[in-house]
Amino acid sequence: MKYMLLIHQADAPTPRSPEAWATLSEAEQQAVYSDYQAVNETPGVTPGMQLDDPATATTVRVQDGKTLTTDGPFVEIKESIGGYLLFEADDLDAAIDLASRVPAARLGGAVEVRPIVEW
Amino acid sequence: MVDEPPLEQVFRQRWGYVLASLIGFLGDVDLAEEAAQDAFAVATERWPRDGVPTNPGTRLVSTARNRAIDRIRRERTFAAKAQLLAAEPHEEPMAPTTFPDERLELIFMCCHPALSVESQVALTLRTLGGLTTDEIARAFVVPEPTMSQRLTRAKRKIAAAAIPFRVPPDHLLPDRLVAVLAVVYLVFNEGYSASPTRGDLADEAIRLGRALAELMPDESEVHGLLALMLLLDARRDARFDDGEIVLLADQDRSLWDATQIAQGRAALDRALAMHGHGPYVVQAAIASLHADESRDWAEIAALYHELSRLTDSPVVELSRAVAVAETEGTDAGLAIVDGLSLDNYRYMHSTRAELLRRLGRTTEARAALERAREMTHDEPERRLLDRKLAELGSD
Repeated sequence: MKYMLLIHQADAPTPRSPEAWATLSEAEQQAVYSDYQAVNETPGVTPGMQLDDPATATTVRVQDGKTLTTDGPFVEIKESIGGYLLFEADDLDAAIDLASRVPAARLGGAVEVRPIVEW
Repeated sequence: MVDEPPLEQVFRQRWGYVLASLIGFLGDVDLAEEAAQDAFAVATERWPRDGVPTNPGTRLVSTARNRAIDRIRRERTFAAKAQLLAAEPHEEPMAPTTFPDERLELIFMCCHPALSVESQVALTLRTLGGLTTDEIARAFVVPEPTMSQRLTRAKRKIAAAAIPFRVPPDHLLPDRLVAVLAVVYLVFNEGYSASPTRGDLADEAIRLGRALAELMPDESEVHGLLALMLLLDARRDARFDDGEIVLLADQDRSLWDATQIAQGRAALDRALAMHGHGPYVVQAAIASLHADESRDWAEIAALYHELSRLTDSPVVELSRAVAVAETEGTDAGLAIVDGLSLDNYRYMHSTRAELLRRLGRTTEARAALERAREMTHDEPERRLLDRKLAELGSD
């Protein structure tokens, strides 16, 4: 199974919004960098393909270290996709696990997991 | 043969097992449903003539498997060039007694948090309970096409997003089990809380609860939920008299189902023996105390306190207030109620009215009852509030 992970940035601090980014301690900033790096180096992660329709979407958030998974696209923060990943995984649970490791998910954003249409 | 249950009952009991086994084998919910329906149709024709086989479940599974393999073969002949079906189905003969029971995998798939709660409930009733789309639609008061669409969408998502057919690994199990139990309890409440006519849904939830307890014997909350449902449902026949609500204190205890209370208490004992103290176990313990001849309000208040700590729910606090009113006095109970922000909850107003009435604050009690009456859309409930208003009289 191939999944697109759409990273909804929302209010998650990034180096591009210096004020928000400055609210993170240096250790937290380092953790964000190294977590993104670890995610990008996860076997199976590559970019770019067609997405299935939004009804097949699952949204993952992390609050207090707990993974919250809900049905559907994350409509409240439309227009705020900060990046995306392509992930080849056995099943949805594996994709949810990767999504929960994306720092934006725990910093106020969310990750939308969509299966890729395969022909 | 005298005690042989009617075919319909056999089918309802076996449907979940047969379907789960087929989904495990075929990996496709729709194909599995078609094959299971084929097998049940064959049984309907043959069993009345040849008798019910000693192991109806495994017989149904093996018939359904053969039918599914036939179907796949036929389709493959038609679509040979399309190469839609790449993998060969397993064709090695299986001993009829070795089909694995995959109902647990099925229920965890149906209650996956990536599906909406409505879909989780509908799919669970459809696949494990064997209810028709029409029956589920009627139970949840939505048009049949809406329910049909919901089921189709959920099944499509399972396939398209690869929601796994398996019991989740240990690190995911606690959270996922919470979802499974919530779905079963939702089904139960749908059948239990409204009116006595929806008892079939409560029966279905108890059947699912029993299956879970059999499949996950080491999870105390599973036994807790089963105990809770059995203890509450045991009072079903006493809760209404001629369509009118009968409050717990006024119920005719001879109408309570003693066998079911005993089964509920046995399930609760099992949960307690595992040192279970989750929300369902605590609620079952409260329900068990409510079934006693004289209610131990101090113990009930203590358990509500524990439940409140576990759930952080103002609704639980409201129930605790009732128990506190019985032990520490009406004033103490009312103080708790007045501290709750539950203004939109009708039972807050009716509870407050009862406590105010006991304190002789009739005018305030009447205002609270009227508030509750405005908020209820349930006819028997409205009539109960009317009776209470009439009892208050005028100043």
